[in-house]
Amino acid sequence: MVRWIDHRLPIFTFMKHELNDYPTPRNLSYWWNFGSLAGIMLVIMIVTGIFLAMEYTPQVNDAFDSVERIRRDVNYGWLIQYLHMNGASFFFIVTYIHIFRGLYYGSYKEPRELLWMLGLVILLLMMATAFMGYVLPWGQMSFWGATVITNLFSAIPVVGQKIVTWLWGGFAVDNPTLNRFYALHYLLPFVIVGVVMLHLIALHQHGSNNPLGIDRKTPQDSIPFHPYYTIKDMFGLFAFLIVYAIFVFFMPDALGDPQNYIQANPLQTPPEIVPEWYFLPFYAILRSVPNILFIPSKLAGVLCLFGAIGILFFLPWLDTSRVRSARFRPIYKWVFWLLVIDVAVLGDCGAHRPEGWYIFAGRMATLYYFVHFLILMPLIGWFERPRPLPTSIATTVMKRSSGSLAAASPVGKS
Amino acid sequence: MMRTSAVALAGAVAFLALATIAVAQDEGTPPLPKQKWSFAGPFGTYDRAALQRGFGVYQNVCENCHELGLIHFGDLGADGPGGGIGYNEEQVKAIAAASAKQYPDTDDSGQPIQRPGRPTDTPLPLNYDNVKQAKALFGTAPPDLSLIVKAREGGADYVYAFLSGFSEDKNKDRSGAPYYNEYFPGHNVAMPPPPLAGNDVPGVKATADEERRDVVTFLSWASEPTMEDRKRTGIKVLIFLIATTGVLYFAKRQIWASLH
Repeated sequence: MVRWIDHRLPIFTFMKHELNDYPTPRNLSYWWNFGSLAGIMLVIMIVTGIFLAMEYTPQVNDAFDSVERIRRDVNYGWLIQYLHMNGASFFFIVTYIHIFRGLYYGSYKEPRELLWMLGLVILLLMMATAFMGYVLPWGQMSFWGATVITNLFSAIPVVGQKIVTWLWGGFAVDNPTLNRFYALHYLLPFVIVGVVMLHLIALHQHGSNNPLGIDRKTPQDSIPFHPYYTIKDMFGLFAFLIVYAIFVFFMPDALGDPQNYIQANPLQTPPEIVPEWYFLPFYAILRSVPNILFIPSKLAGVLCLFGAIGILFFLPWLDTSRVRSARFRPIYKWVFWLLVIDVAVLGDCGAHRPEGWYIFAGRMATLYYFVHFLILMPLIGWFERPRPLPTSIATTVMKRSSGSLAAASPVGKS
Repeated sequence: MMRTSAVALAGAVAFLALATIAVAQDEGTPPLPKQKWSFAGPFGTYDRAALQRGFGVYQNVCENCHELGLIHFGDLGADGPGGGIGYNEEQVKAIAAASAKQYPDTDDSGQPIQRPGRPTDTPLPLNYDNVKQAKALFGTAPPDLSLIVKAREGGADYVYAFLSGFSEDKNKDRSGAPYYNEYFPGHNVAMPPPPLAGNDVPGVKATADEERRDVVTFLSWASEPTMEDRKRTGIKVLIFLIATTGVLYFAKRQIWASLH
């Protein structure tokens, strides 16, 4: 039976080839777990989302109450809703770690440029989906967040206001806006699934990068995906689910804003309009930019906001170093951590009103973000003297494991 | 490597927590005194007696001005979300029928009538019939209390602090609204000090503080009636996840051992 099908539609051969035998570098660390975790988060979000959609009402007068009804009256509705609500945060945590891992180990470099860019497309789609999803419960922050973010497009010269009206489907964020956001929030995750497929095809073309950042040369450098990485991914998944479950079951509102438990009121602006935490660094960039020459600060802020992600598309060429892994790049290694701190500072600035110190910090952090990618990365690549690269993955792993026998390393070194 | 990953993850989580907490806390209000609640912590449950007393306080005091739009009388019974607040079906019917307010409806011939409350009705504010009227009376519409505990930074501690934050001294010179409240952002609130004490179920002499505690417990339940289910399920899920993670850890070591 299997052979009959496989002869006509080779799905079993395909699965054996891509999931079972798929040769993978033998030295992947736990940082390489986050890609599959992101994929699983996507599935969790789609499954919980479909069940929520069965009970949700996309109508301005009923949306807020319908979400509460899901929590109160639908069997296990509270569980589905909290999984989805906190799932957005955890999807972003996992994805951001995945991206920073790529930055540290140079996973965007030749021949993986398209793999990296497809990942960025996924990130952009995720952000759009998360933003529109946050509008659906129609709380105060949903409404005012939607108002602020859609208004960004009014910064575009000449046609800006027209575009905003077109986006809203009216002259303010209202029922048509909610309806189209709902439709798109349902659609985009499946577009993400499509791009994830392309991301995986691109990945399997050259296989994973690895902590040493060197290409595989001999068969000893690789091990089959199954059982080695299936079990490692499973272990990582369950360890991750523990953290996720702690939030879902014991602190489901810790990552959200209390204001969103108040129904949207177009006549009352909340004391503070803050996006969800995963947008805070970008929000800080948006608010930090002053007037630049003849460009008003609003337009400049919007340009920098989109530029902050747009710049990442050029990373394979902005990074001039031929060494992938930061392990062998004595200067870049430190600059990488400075970038992590910089993004954290931006996040903190995004969470606070732009007053006093936060204006200064926000501007400096924004400036540094762009300096990092536009100036430091090309320069370090030219001037840095990388440490000598190991000859092969296998020799490094063997040396390490024979050395660590005496040290009795507590966790399975890969 | 595993340990660094764990540290980094913990760091990321801590950063998120800080970022969210850092948003509020200004306007010159003092820090909220931490209270002990029966429903706090991973094993917390609502004290059913406190819930029923708190509902009594709600009906005698809050209900004069506030709505509770997400709670129906039926929710108080065993069929309600999370098993209600410990009343049975007959008691719920009696409570609904005893509602001080009549509900507009139509009879079988289509004539408008006023009828007593039913379990499917939600408690109505006594002092007004609609939001416009409320605004005319109080200057601002009193907020619906269904989600008040979730909708305020600090949750139950905040609502408790707010209810105890009225100051007789500072309100002495004021003939009416706004009233001074220690914990309200900006300190000026349209709500007068609630007449707590002596509003409880018959036969119980409760102090203002006991009533505050009870009504905050009731409002916490109203904000999330399914909280007990959530925590109970969470404990089981965590036990399962931790056990499975342990098994997978050893399975992983076993499988990888052949490589080294």
